[in-house]
Amino acid sequence: MSVENTQPQVGDDTQQKQVTLKIWRGDASGGKFVDYTLDYLDGEVVLDAVHRVQSEQAPDLGVRWNCKAGKCGSCSSEINGKPSLMCMTRMSTLDLEEPITVSPMRTFPIIKDLVTDVSFNFEVAKKIPALQPKPREKDGTYRMSQIDIDRGQEFRKCIECFLCQNVCHVIRDHEENKPNFAGPRFLMRIAELEMHPLDTLDRRRYAFDVMGVGYCNITKCCTEVCPEHIHITDNAIIPLKERVVDVRFDPVAWLGRTILRRPKPTSSEEVIKLTPAGRSANTPS
Amino acid sequence: MDTIETHNFDVLIIGAGGAGLRAAVEAHALGAKTAIVCKSLLGKAHTVMAEGGVAAALGNVWPEDNWKVHFRDTMRGGKMLNNWRMAQLHAQEAPDRVMELEDWGALFDRTPDGRILQRDFGGHRYARLAHVGDRTGLELLRTLQHRSVDQNVEVFMECKIFRLLQDENGNVNGALGLWRENGKFVAFGAKSVVICSGGVGKIWKITSNSWESTADGQALALWAGADLIDMEFVQFHPTGMVWPPSARGLLVTEGVRGDGGVLKNKEGERFMFNYIPPFYAKETADTTEEGDQWYENKKDFRRPPELLPRDEVARAINSEIKAGRGSPHGGVYLDICSRRSPEDIKRRLPSMYHQFKELADVDITKEPMEIGPTCHYIMGGIKVDADTAATSVPGLFAAGEAAGGMHGSNRLGGNSLSDLLVFGKRAGEYAARYAMEQAKEPQINMSLVSDHTKKALSTFERENGITPYQLHHELQDTMQPLVGIIRTESELLEAKEKLAVLKEKLQQVAVEGNRQFNPGWHMALDLESMFDVAMCTTASAVERKESRGGHTRNDYPQSDPEYFGKINMVTSRGDDGNINLRQEPLPEMPGELKVLFEEGK
Repeated sequence: MSVENTQPQVGDDTQQKQVTLKIWRGDASGGKFVDYTLDYLDGEVVLDAVHRVQSEQAPDLGVRWNCKAGKCGSCSSEINGKPSLMCMTRMSTLDLEEPITVSPMRTFPIIKDLVTDVSFNFEVAKKIPALQPKPREKDGTYRMSQIDIDRGQEFRKCIECFLCQNVCHVIRDHEENKPNFAGPRFLMRIAELEMHPLDTLDRRRYAFDVMGVGYCNITKCCTEVCPEHIHITDNAIIPLKERVVDVRFDPVAWLGRTILRRPKPTSSEEVIKLTPAGRSANTPS
Repeated sequence: MDTIETHNFDVLIIGAGGAGLRAAVEAHALGAKTAIVCKSLLGKAHTVMAEGGVAAALGNVWPEDNWKVHFRDTMRGGKMLNNWRMAQLHAQEAPDRVMELEDWGALFDRTPDGRILQRDFGGHRYARLAHVGDRTGLELLRTLQHRSVDQNVEVFMECKIFRLLQDENGNVNGALGLWRENGKFVAFGAKSVVICSGGVGKIWKITSNSWESTADGQALALWAGADLIDMEFVQFHPTGMVWPPSARGLLVTEGVRGDGGVLKNKEGERFMFNYIPPFYAKETADTTEEGDQWYENKKDFRRPPELLPRDEVARAINSEIKAGRGSPHGGVYLDICSRRSPEDIKRRLPSMYHQFKELADVDITKEPMEIGPTCHYIMGGIKVDADTAATSVPGLFAAGEAAGGMHGSNRLGGNSLSDLLVFGKRAGEYAARYAMEQAKEPQINMSLVSDHTKKALSTFERENGITPYQLHHELQDTMQPLVGIIRTESELLEAKEKLAVLKEKLQQVAVEGNRQFNPGWHMALDLESMFDVAMCTTASAVERKESRGGHTRNDYPQSDPEYFGKINMVTSRGDDGNINLRQEPLPEMPGELKVLFEEGK
């Protein structure tokens, strides 16, 4: 029995509602938006609708997804121009009278359809100096207070959807900045390591010289799009900027304040040993 | 044929979930030239979906806990069908595997004195699960990801491996894959290969698993001549979302129950008290009063039945729904809102709060969740040697969900993350050792490569065939009702016949478009794996004429300790391509471990 021909049941006062998705189709050589009209189903998210298009109308439609629960960060795209996870955007929250546009993230090169080349992020990740933990306690454990790791845990909620990277205007419209700017996700990673209670390495100069924390002018676009609601700007980048200012511009004040703060048992000499490649092999043991 | 891209490594690891990354870290540390190849981007593997925690007898919350108690819980949870040696190694080594994650940056929730906090979970005698709120899997995966990247392990992303390569003696010496991005083929030569490709959930319709869980690793091993074991044991997690339809099957962590959540039917009754099996009666509370007191005082009170092992809870929920006492969308209620304060819920279960709020518009601090069983995990898998993770095929190793034996007929929550750490490390270690013993470099058999690539492209040449999505739906529509939670001989035989017919349709699958990032084509290749593995599960399920753990037979409702309790079902592929099944005696536990069960403690 064909579903389209089913009469609405008694009590229904509407015909089967239809929605139109305008999905960007194409590859590196170019492309265009293509309209797909389908039945509106209650409770669906945009990814479901895209999957139905794929399963019924366009089997070769390229789209990344994995967990479908907002936990893996694979299905990042721009929905009606807003950087979002397709799996966490309910259709019912959108204006269904108008076509819904679904386009790939703009900051990264297109591979095909909604799939972009996000290798930039994986390259930046390789440059981050690894955790250098202090020795364990005599009983073989590490002791950390919950309050000292709350902030780090907030940052570690990051699902690496790269929406913050996508929306950050330092790189969104400025390809030339990419070699010098790590983007919010990785500035946050540096901040996480900086605040890690076990870490013994000082990454402040590195954050400025290599990761380009100075480029950020705290417009908070990254925070706005973060599906995990991490306070990227307020809790990670601004504190990182403050720490960097300490080490870069005012060594005397830095020294004084460091003595009053929780000590970071590293000297600036060790910091400078870090090469731009920043691999753990180059760091003091 | 075109020239094909090739790479050579000592150790090639298929899969970048927890097991694969842990194996890679180990193999690399031993000096083997190591690479990981994964179907998705790095850091997206299904391990991120693990919520509640990683089980390890650290004894941080209950000093009474130790590996022997963990071992006993694991064996009892698996209804004694576990490979005892795997369960022993797992319980003994899990604490070290968890602790070393802290060296690499993991931030577990803390006890007041600053050690790793542990939480309660079903089937574990003591609070044993190290955790990070309800996103432990993400923490574990990210930690191992950072460690691999820091160590310069080579990672090939978005590459699907669809055949293992073997030399003239049948030894595995590489793998053949395709880049999802451009559809081109790539051959990896490797002295040893480790399969860490996870599960099989996409064979069923209602599942917590992502698109990646298409039984690839199990099938690769099967096709290379390895044995699969216990494939009838599939875990249906008791608590998956049931509404909205698109979220159906999505996991709701057992941590909800560990933290005080209770199951109710539409009449508001805490029905689990009606389903306490004799096997667990001694250690389970039989009144709500006693169960509620257990959360605060574990010494004097017994645990509530909501925290029975998963197979028991899933069956109970299934029975309530069948008896007409279910919720409006065909589930039952999981209630935490009447049990804990909103602040507590948000702090301890943040991603559950988030998931229900955003996907179902349900505020779990104010209303109960609607949940029902969802296909979650396969206890069965590639048959491996307990100590070395070696399969029966030289050069081939397996760990994590892809491997079988460790969990017996039912896995306890929290034991999968510890499993993949313990056996990921072992697989990496022994694969590296094996590789270093091999004198000559792997020679890729180009004619084999040519045959397989030609076959992989055949779906593009067909016209007017069926789409891979259609056939996938037909597979799921067969397995869900006929080889689901509750099974019976006639339905299993019907499934067997249907699978044979559907498998023929693989020859009619036609793929549209070109080779560039074409999900339809990838699905067509995934289907080959899913069909053969579905057949292994079905064949084993027919043969096991008893109920045990993740295998419940309506026609044989009791377990049979005398016969089937001492038997493993082993499936393999015959020369004719058909699935063969044989029964093998369960390895017998040594006396010093048997004692742990006789004491009744």
